Amino acid sequence: MIYTAEINVMPLKELLDPQGKAVVSGLKNLGINEAKDVRIGKHITIQIEAETEKIANEKVETACKKLLSNQVMEYYEFTLHS
Amino acid sequence: MLLPTFADEKSFNYLMSTTTTEVVVTFETAKQLGLLEDEFEKIKKVLGRTPNFTELSIYSVMWSEHCSYKNSIKLLKTLPREGDKLLAKAGEENAGLVDIGNGLACAFKIESHNHPSAIEPYQGAATGVGGIHRDIFTMGARPIAALNSLRFGKLNEEKTKHLLRGVVKGIGDYGNAFGVPTVGGEVFFDECYSTNPLVNAFSAGIVEVGKNVSATSYGAGNPVFIVGSATGKDGIHGATFASADITEDSAEKLPSVQVGDPFQEKLLLEASLEIIETGALIGMQDMGAAGIICSTSEMSAKGNSGMKIYLEKVPLRQQNMKAFEILLSESQERMLLVVKKGMEDKIQEIFDKWDLNCVCIGEVTDGDRLQYYMYDELVADVPAESLVLGGGAPIYTRESREPKYFSSAKQFNINNISEPNDIRAVAEQLVQLPNIASKKWVYEQYDSMVGINNSSTNAPSDAAVVRIKNSNAALAFKVDCNARYVYCDPYKGAAIAVAEAARNIVCSGGEPSAITNCLNFGNPYNPEVYWQFENAIKGMGDACLAFSTPVTGGNVSFYNQSSDDGPVFPTPTIGMLGLIDHMKYRMTLNFKNEGDYIYLIGETQNDINASEYLANICGVKLSPAPHFNLDEEVGVQKAVKDLIRKKLINSAHDCSDGGLFVALLESAIAGNNGFDISTDDFFRKDAFLFGEAQGRIVVTVAEELQDELIKTLAEHEVDFSMLGEVTDNDLYIDGEKFGAVSYWKDLYENAIGREMEY
Amino acid sequence: MKFGVVIFPGSNCDHDVIHVLETVLQQEVKILWHKDKELKGFEPQDCIILPGGFSYGDYLRSGAIARFSPIMDAVISFANSGGFVLGICNGFQILCEAGLLPGVLMRNGNRNFVCKNVFIKPSHNDSAITADLDLNKAYKIPIAHAEGNYYVDAKQLSRMNENGQILFRYCDENSNVNDVANPNGTLENIAGITNARKNVFGMMPHPERATESVLGNVDGIEFFRSLISYAGKIEIDVMDDLLR
Repeated sequence: MIYTAEINVMPLKELLDPQGKAVVSGLKNLGINEAKDVRIGKHITIQIEAETEKIANEKVETACKKLLSNQVMEYYEFTLHS
Repeated sequence: MLLPTFADEKSFNYLMSTTTTEVVVTFETAKQLGLLEDEFEKIKKVLGRTPNFTELSIYSVMWSEHCSYKNSIKLLKTLPREGDKLLAKAGEENAGLVDIGNGLACAFKIESHNHPSAIEPYQGAATGVGGIHRDIFTMGARPIAALNSLRFGKLNEEKTKHLLRGVVKGIGDYGNAFGVPTVGGEVFFDECYSTNPLVNAFSAGIVEVGKNVSATSYGAGNPVFIVGSATGKDGIHGATFASADITEDSAEKLPSVQVGDPFQEKLLLEASLEIIETGALIGMQDMGAAGIICSTSEMSAKGNSGMKIYLEKVPLRQQNMKAFEILLSESQERMLLVVKKGMEDKIQEIFDKWDLNCVCIGEVTDGDRLQYYMYDELVADVPAESLVLGGGAPIYTRESREPKYFSSAKQFNINNISEPNDIRAVAEQLVQLPNIASKKWVYEQYDSMVGINNSSTNAPSDAAVVRIKNSNAALAFKVDCNARYVYCDPYKGAAIAVAEAARNIVCSGGEPSAITNCLNFGNPYNPEVYWQFENAIKGMGDACLAFSTPVTGGNVSFYNQSSDDGPVFPTPTIGMLGLIDHMKYRMTLNFKNEGDYIYLIGETQNDINASEYLANICGVKLSPAPHFNLDEEVGVQKAVKDLIRKKLINSAHDCSDGGLFVALLESAIAGNNGFDISTDDFFRKDAFLFGEAQGRIVVTVAEELQDELIKTLAEHEVDFSMLGEVTDNDLYIDGEKFGAVSYWKDLYENAIGREMEY
Repeated sequence: MKFGVVIFPGSNCDHDVIHVLETVLQQEVKILWHKDKELKGFEPQDCIILPGGFSYGDYLRSGAIARFSPIMDAVISFANSGGFVLGICNGFQILCEAGLLPGVLMRNGNRNFVCKNVFIKPSHNDSAITADLDLNKAYKIPIAHAEGNYYVDAKQLSRMNENGQILFRYCDENSNVNDVANPNGTLENIAGITNARKNVFGMMPHPERATESVLGNVDGIEFFRSLISYAGKIEIDVMDDLLR
């Protein structure tokens, strides 16, 4: 069975996101003054073959934890669908 | 013996997540925050009552090793700290301040960011760079040069590559964006740094004398501003964290790291320098370790005044932050300003221009109390003086014991090492060792030219030479420490670090002026580590006296060790400032002309002690420090200074790591020439070519000036010998052809790149 | 002619350019702030410089946020009216984001920031900035960037080649344009370009870092001199027109 994982890796909420902060000021220059708390992360999709959803889930979990995110600074969340 | 480490991490974390002021504080709480029993008693005595949790947190960070220097200050005070060019007393301002003539002063300092870099190399190194630049520009000086001194484990390990990549990228991304050139540095690899790398960042800036700003606070009623980034929960208890050993799993226990924002800091720099011009400032200090609490207490203690601070006014990045979190947060790119009453609007206008937060959070008061309020509730009330170094912070002398290895090192006998048959093979191996090979892979990732002052880009010299615009003068900078020497003999090793830095300044045409130091050691509660510290300080002090380079400040980083590798090599990094009064006297290291004669000034020794050759080719890790004689060294440097002033030489380069051969090769590569030299049968060939005896400088002289050179050296009564001459292209030793310079250049310049790019 | 140097938040080569123009070349310079909404007193023979640095921290994409700074509308109309605009490094990136120059500057091929001396060679003498350059010389000019990998689609590229819009290519010290001399993976070794009208210039190398002998390299000064002398000729032409 092939599953698709849709993964978001985001900077930890308690950490500063300099990039997001700079984008807020850019948006202001565009006239969008209402935007606040912009945070910028990565969206990753993975096609993964696994016997069960549980196994796929575990593999994606490992990928997120070990490689795709740096847990000192980032958290991840993902959804899995076949 | 009680160690200042979190005895019970779980309960500590629980405490941190749930505590408010209503928690009943006992010695147990104090212990969990890393305070000793005596220290807890002392706090109670100062306050005349039991502190509440917020106050206890304040003392725990302010009395941590990182902020209080409690285990080092006594020895630091034995270092020479006087000089007629010093404009600030050591440790009294954010950085040292030296008069450099032309109505200008140079503010400079080196600081460690070792533990944060061990956990998160990119952000750890980046915020280290950010922090040291802030120290400089809060004094009113515009940073003009950055250097760094880095130590890692073995380069062929994946873990080291990861750390090296992250640290270099962190330094580059921060410094490059901030717009200050990285003009020099050193990178050293040894397995002792495998878990605990060292990241020491140096910054130097220039300020007009009289326009420098002090980190002080006075004048009741004057408003106190916080400027720059909003405050978040990052790095809370970082100061305490920095005072505890790194254990296998502290990476997971770490509450959080700080994220650097060089863009914000660049705005802060420009705004701060504009503010100074208005004359509205009383004082300014950067917020580094221990955040608001550290800056409010240090400024108040310095100006003999108090403060009322309303914590709810501090701009926050996160909701529901507790008082102690706001006080202790180490969010980056923030500063504290004390402003003359009535000039608030002027300040506000400038920060608005730069789109920066600038909020009045309190005012200066008479007396010495620091009173912190949170929505009308007095959450902490402490005397400023009781918190700070030089005030009420504890001072200890620790137990000291000569380590066992020290006497074993003395047993080393060169005769047990057989002389190599194939010198060329050894040389090829040597120049590709990560400690010897060019650090091009590293430094090309740093912007070394922004600011258009770095005059070493196209004219390399032993120290970085940075011109001062609109004058003929220049500054020379060097960071230096061969930690293997210091391990082998802390006294000699630390003296060598100073001597070598001075030698590099002299070889660049400069006059050594003053130093800043970054003292990276293991756990001071370990008597053997303390012994290393004690002796290194002695050696450094004696050498500083000999070269008339007083210590202007710096930083101490203890607890650089891990359960796996033990303490790191004692690493007292020296950052030296030198003055070149006129650019016509600057000297470069590259060979200039075919046919120039090559001289070695200083005495050759039958010595391979503690050399790169002995440690990493022969595999002998323990030996005494290399030959070093302070008087000889002073004499050699004086002689070379004279040769440069008399315009007798075409190049100067010191013999250091890798010995004479590497010095010759570096000059040849930089000049795109070769050399033809003869060794001396009186010495072992390996000692002659690869030994690291100190106090030796390779110079080249045009044929017609040779007599004059010899005469001058004779006047100085220094040892010297003629080695041979500069050739067009090929290398020859004792008549044997060693190949073309291009061949050696490839080995030397690309060894690290090849390792890093797989 | 006079120069206007725009300071964006995060610009860090602004004062280098100003120093070179004012002190080394004795030119009139007006400092412009990114929040300014208009360019007052600039004529088409004048030149607006977008300096190097990390405008808005280079967050999101280099130049992407600065492109929306208030002053950029004025810079765009100045360029459209024929005025000279020169973007160096980050300035080049901003000009691409703003659509004043075609293409985009991507992350360097090896993903690293790179700072070193490189050699570049002018493609022709048909623009203000290359008019007085020696086509047979390899100019030693420093680079310092992480996003200098120029890309444009094939159709556009061939149009640019036909129109003479490629100004500079990276080469070795003997003027050979080859892969070894390409420091960042850029298309056809492109180091600098111009628009179809040849009044907007973008280059990754920093000529302002090579204009003083005390720094050991003066190759960069020729680029500014060429621009100044070309603009001077326009000024004379305009005067001639008026007199006629």
